[in-house]
Amino acid sequence: MNKLHLYILVAVLAVIGLGLFFYKAFVLSFPLAPRSTVQVWNVEARVSFVAEGNPVKVSLFIPGSTRRYAIVDEHFISSGYGLAATTGEANRRVTWSIRKAAGKQNLYYQAVVRPVRTAAPKGEIEPPESEIPKFKGPGEEAVKALVEDIKAKSADTPTTVAELIKRLNNPSPDDNVRILLGPKATLSRKVDQAARILRYAGIPARVVQGLRLQPEKYDFSKKTPLLSWLEVYHNKQWLSFDPLRGRSPVPNDWLRWWQGSQSLVQLEGGSKLNVVLSISPKVEEGITAAVQRGEISKPLLLKFSLFSLPVNTQAVYRVMLLVPVGAFILVILRNIVGIKTFGTFMPVLIALSFRETGLLSGIVLFSLLTAIGLSIRFYLERLKLLVVPRLAAVLIVVVGLMAIFSIVTNSLGIHRGLSVALFPMVIMTMTIERMSILWEERGSGEALIAGAGSLLTAALAFLVMNIKHVEHMIFVFPELLLVILAAILLLGRYSGYRLLDLHRFKALAKGPT
Amino acid sequence: MILDLAAKLRKKGVLAINKRNADFVLKYNPRRLYPLVDDKLQTKQLAQENGIGVPDLYAVVEVEGQVRHLPEILDRHSEFVVKPAHGSGGEGILVVDGRMNDRFRKPDGLIITYDELNHHIFNVVSGLYSLGGQPDKAIIEYRVEFDPIFAPISYLGVPDVRIIVFLGVPVMSMVRLPTRMSDGKANLHQGALGAGIDMATGETLSAVWGNEIISEHPDTGRSVSGVEIPHWEDLLLLASRCYELTGLGYQGVDIVLDRNKGPLILELNARPGLNIQIANNAGLLPRLELVEQHHESLTDMYQRIEFAKKHFAAA
Repeated sequence: MNKLHLYILVAVLAVIGLGLFFYKAFVLSFPLAPRSTVQVWNVEARVSFVAEGNPVKVSLFIPGSTRRYAIVDEHFISSGYGLAATTGEANRRVTWSIRKAAGKQNLYYQAVVRPVRTAAPKGEIEPPESEIPKFKGPGEEAVKALVEDIKAKSADTPTTVAELIKRLNNPSPDDNVRILLGPKATLSRKVDQAARILRYAGIPARVVQGLRLQPEKYDFSKKTPLLSWLEVYHNKQWLSFDPLRGRSPVPNDWLRWWQGSQSLVQLEGGSKLNVVLSISPKVEEGITAAVQRGEISKPLLLKFSLFSLPVNTQAVYRVMLLVPVGAFILVILRNIVGIKTFGTFMPVLIALSFRETGLLSGIVLFSLLTAIGLSIRFYLERLKLLVVPRLAAVLIVVVGLMAIFSIVTNSLGIHRGLSVALFPMVIMTMTIERMSILWEERGSGEALIAGAGSLLTAALAFLVMNIKHVEHMIFVFPELLLVILAAILLLGRYSGYRLLDLHRFKALAKGPT
Repeated sequence: MILDLAAKLRKKGVLAINKRNADFVLKYNPRRLYPLVDDKLQTKQLAQENGIGVPDLYAVVEVEGQVRHLPEILDRHSEFVVKPAHGSGGEGILVVDGRMNDRFRKPDGLIITYDELNHHIFNVVSGLYSLGGQPDKAIIEYRVEFDPIFAPISYLGVPDVRIIVFLGVPVMSMVRLPTRMSDGKANLHQGALGAGIDMATGETLSAVWGNEIISEHPDTGRSVSGVEIPHWEDLLLLASRCYELTGLGYQGVDIVLDRNKGPLILELNARPGLNIQIANNAGLLPRLELVEQHHESLTDMYQRIEFAKKHFAAA
């Protein structure tokens, strides 16, 4: 009766788990293997200024989605400010305003930029109205001569633009170019002038400003330099040109932020304006991107899946869902193999911290920490302290040791050492305490065996939990937890010999039966 | 090779830990009865109420402050044992077998001071030796003077007899003999020797030390087999009564033979160890299954021990 009940329960759990799994995997075609990851970017613009107690109005250009990049998860952080976002003809812009503000102000714009592939827009883009720019004094003559010269040396608009860029970037420019660029020939000045010269020549052109999304070059704390380039209207499309090399189009990793020669921020009612743009790369699993791009249909099922959670909460569950996998390994090692460990789930927690430290350095750090903690614990034993104060003392020693480890390894340039802080310190304390008691009660042999057993279990659990496929499967198909649960319930009734029982009772197998 | 070993053990009916827990402990020992045996103070009181012999209780220390009153009590006794009420595996037991003014002598000749004794009691009370580390009580009780029959085959300490009782039927037993390695303690995993006992006659068989089978005491060199346990019939009856006492279907009963007071119950165990099988060179499973089949026809303890003597005699 009892057993039947268990088997039915196990079967029901397994059927539900596997059923959902097969439905999602083969009907909804959720990916079974971790797909290639997608590089996404966090971008942030921080506008800081000093307000003088008057009404303040700040407007900031913000990027819009393009054919290459989608802007998602936008956040505007501005306490007390009114917020208005407008999408103009050319640019998106956010305007913050407040009746009265004083002192240093910080306003933030944050967004996630995700690469997308959108088909080129069909149809034609209307040619923009452009007025012929005016050049003053000698500029008028210079631009006329330059345009004539360039047109003579090129066949069509793209080659004209390329030729112009070449001229402007010539290290020893001719007189016309020198007059047009003036004494301070910065790149943005060149782009600005190039657009004006082209418009003068009757070619619609504009300046575009943006950022370069470069992996591993920037972190969020650093300022990312602005980039500007040219866009030229040709054949009813806008073509982009690299202002330095004259190539078209510009590289894919250039993110368009706004167009025109206006500056990024306009401020009224404040001073000491400072704008910092920063980007940080972020790797996202292909499936999250797929879900956000709407590639997987059946929104109802997704609505109640882990993918509906914010990305950083998803990251937490990615780790949390691995704990049952570790527990399963632990059950096998304890109840089928018969390995002794300190504390029931201590090895799983240690295995989790191995994810951060790496296996080998994790084992080394753990052993060192335990060994030093143990020797200090033996010293404390001589002081004859009561149990709770002694545990607290060991805890403090463990925390101190972790800090010292981090400082020493960091100054030696070993960054792995920093992750020692991820060891669960209370678990470490209890491990040291139990190990020392076992050591005194039953000798060093048993204590070391149990210690090694714990480490071995942790290492095995880590190796399994660290398999990319395992992480992927359990996160994309959390219903597999039911299957693990079913297996653990079954193991809970396993009453056969443990592997180590065989060794223990070996002597009994020799005699006559 | 592994499967072969497993098959041999299965054929011999060796009971291992998973099966003991799943099919015997979890099945026959209701959780609510555990406090009766996990708390040695409760066991002692229960036994006394039912007229079963236990070592006399001298004092109980429940909070640290009570050690102040200890000198008055201990002044009357030069020999005593300190043990945790919730201890397991023989941990935290301190034996004192003599005193000189304010110093105490342990059986191995080491002298400890009052401070050291107090520290030990503090450790016990704060839960160092209790399961789960919860606060505990320290029991101070009569130190057993063991029957001289065991003197040649034990080193210091008190030998005791462990009898596994299943549904009131004693199924297997052994005598646990302290060695130098076990520091005078009678627990097998601390290095004590376990000698199997013929259930029918009460004579010792071969012995287990660690996981090996031996026939001589490692410290005294005397043969451990063929020693007849005195009052064997009484021991069996005592063990069988513990089933009615606690209601636990599967338990280990630890009995000491006191020179003057006869058999005394030391403690009961709801999860008795399995090395007793090695000491007896026999598996528990066939005996347990036999009892499972017949226990309903055995109505009182005399029938139960007759059943044991008839079926569980050494081969």
